[in-house]
Amino acid sequence: MRNEAHSGASIAVRDLHVAYGGTRVLHGVSIDFTPGSFTALLGSSGCGKTTLLRSLSGFVPVESGSIIVGGQDVAALPPEKRGMAMVFQSYALWPHMSVLQNIGYGLKLRGVPKAQIAAKVAAMLSMLGLAGYEDRKVTALSGGQRQRVALGRALAIDPGILLLDEPLSNLDAKIRMVMRHEIRAIQQRLGLTAIHVTHDREEAMTMADRLVIMQAGTIAQVGTPEEVYDRPASAFVANFMGAENILPLRVARSEAGASLTTGDATAHLAPGSGQALPAGEAVAYFRDDVARLDASDAAAGADLLVPARIAARAYPGGVYRYRVEAAGCQITVDDADRHELGTTIGLRIPLQRLHIFPASEAGIAA
Amino acid sequence: MTRIASSARLVLAVSLLAAFAFVLLGPILNLALWSVAERWYTPHKLPVTYGTRYWEQVFRPTGDAMASLGTSVWIAVLTVVFALALSIPAGYALARLKLPMRALFMLMFLLPQAFPSVAIYINVARIFYQLGINGTVFAVVLVHTTHGLVFSVWIAAAAFAAVDKDLELAARNMGASPMRAFLTVTLPLAAPGILASGIFVFLESLDEFTGTFFVGVPQVTTLPLLLYNAAMGGNYQVASITALILLVPSVLFMLFIERFLRADVLAKVGA
Repeated sequence: MRNEAHSGASIAVRDLHVAYGGTRVLHGVSIDFTPGSFTALLGSSGCGKTTLLRSLSGFVPVESGSIIVGGQDVAALPPEKRGMAMVFQSYALWPHMSVLQNIGYGLKLRGVPKAQIAAKVAAMLSMLGLAGYEDRKVTALSGGQRQRVALGRALAIDPGILLLDEPLSNLDAKIRMVMRHEIRAIQQRLGLTAIHVTHDREEAMTMADRLVIMQAGTIAQVGTPEEVYDRPASAFVANFMGAENILPLRVARSEAGASLTTGDATAHLAPGSGQALPAGEAVAYFRDDVARLDASDAAAGADLLVPARIAARAYPGGVYRYRVEAAGCQITVDDADRHELGTTIGLRIPLQRLHIFPASEAGIAA
Repeated sequence: MTRIASSARLVLAVSLLAAFAFVLLGPILNLALWSVAERWYTPHKLPVTYGTRYWEQVFRPTGDAMASLGTSVWIAVLTVVFALALSIPAGYALARLKLPMRALFMLMFLLPQAFPSVAIYINVARIFYQLGINGTVFAVVLVHTTHGLVFSVWIAAAAFAAVDKDLELAARNMGASPMRAFLTVTLPLAAPGILASGIFVFLESLDEFTGTFFVGVPQVTTLPLLLYNAAMGGNYQVASITALILLVPSVLFMLFIERFLRADVLAKVGA
């Protein structure tokens, strides 16, 4: 096994346009992947994340734009000349070959002697916790074992770039957790440049150094998990990252700061803190775990306290989950205390936890 | 009451089964009986004398039957080679590539089957006369290949379509050229279907009568032609034995299909 760190290659994608049978799927994507980084492409289905990965690997022809790997534009090269190894969602193991033949395939193509292939495959298998599985049929393996063999096959050729196409989505929850850590650990150890496509937010956040949120064939935001989660750049990203509660607001700016009004509730921001807010009609997004329920006549303090009525209650464990009606909207909120249905109550939301965007932009996310 | 009903059901089931067995096995039993009847004439319901004289006659090394069996097999093998050489690339193209008018291509292979074969073969025979290849094994192979292509192309297309495209892409991703990926991944995985189509073409060729009659006679004598001649000459024994020989490969093929071909490949035939 190799031990040197940072053997990964860099990728620079420039103004990539990709179309499928007349339908434009990627509308000019530009992004850089630094050597040894782990990037997750995240988005709902149909956003183009898989198309981006498949155009990197050469499975999807590029309409225009360039893919520069280590200084060379590979956009016009066939898949076999790109030096990227892919792990497929379907595993794509060859059922007519043994585990040894599957993992050793790439080495055999490169003319590596048989004994060396056997040694490399054995090392790979022991790293993946499958020592001694060389002669098994891949059809006789469990899902998790197949995924490991698929990973072994990709890593056996010492690729600079590892592409992961929703590799964990066919596994059951427990094995998925284990594989998340394993893939991350192997990527760190080998210093590979990894690009991981997923629609699972938590998976992306726990595995990757950097998230790329995609929306309708373009990049909506690039950043560390913290940046994207805490400071979403658009209403779409806020909504996608779990801020699913929506509250219409009116933002008024004055000499004395800014004020936020929704329904009967108003909150004031100190001068200088509301500079980034859009004036006029706006929409606020927030996660259901940042809001609390309080007495409707409690002091608002630095929070926004919106009068609300409890419409439904459930107990998923630990806290109660309520659906409340506030300012004409249905809001989901968690609270530790039990409240009766129909009660009028105050919905307390810390101002800094609101993601506020102009109303004109917000329509896209809904 | 229920006992009567259940026994009535049993009687019905047994008689239906018997009727089915008679329809299925009756003709074969008749053939078997004829093949060992040395003398059988009216008004006798069963042969007068039994014996293996005609079996010996057919299997005599110098007999017509062995020679025409050889011709039949040789023609069938050549037909399979021709048909597969065409249907492997054609089937792959139809399964994988986005061809315009794909349905039209599929139908094109069906055309020889769509018209009355006698009308087609008379014209084919005329053309072959002009080319001077009438009465040659090559001419018969050409006719059989055209006839077999619809099956071999359709089955090959289904077999290739049943191979997940990701498996091929994974090979390319590992560094294989398109040809290498095809030979190491796609073809081995489609092999059972291709083999089945080959066997099917082989059987069709072994069985083919009309085309052989028009472009092969009198120089080329295959087993079905021998059967025809024997039956027309009143030699039912030789005709029956020939028919029984022709039956063997068909039964073997059925067993192969049952054993090796996956349902998902069969489901894609003609799709």
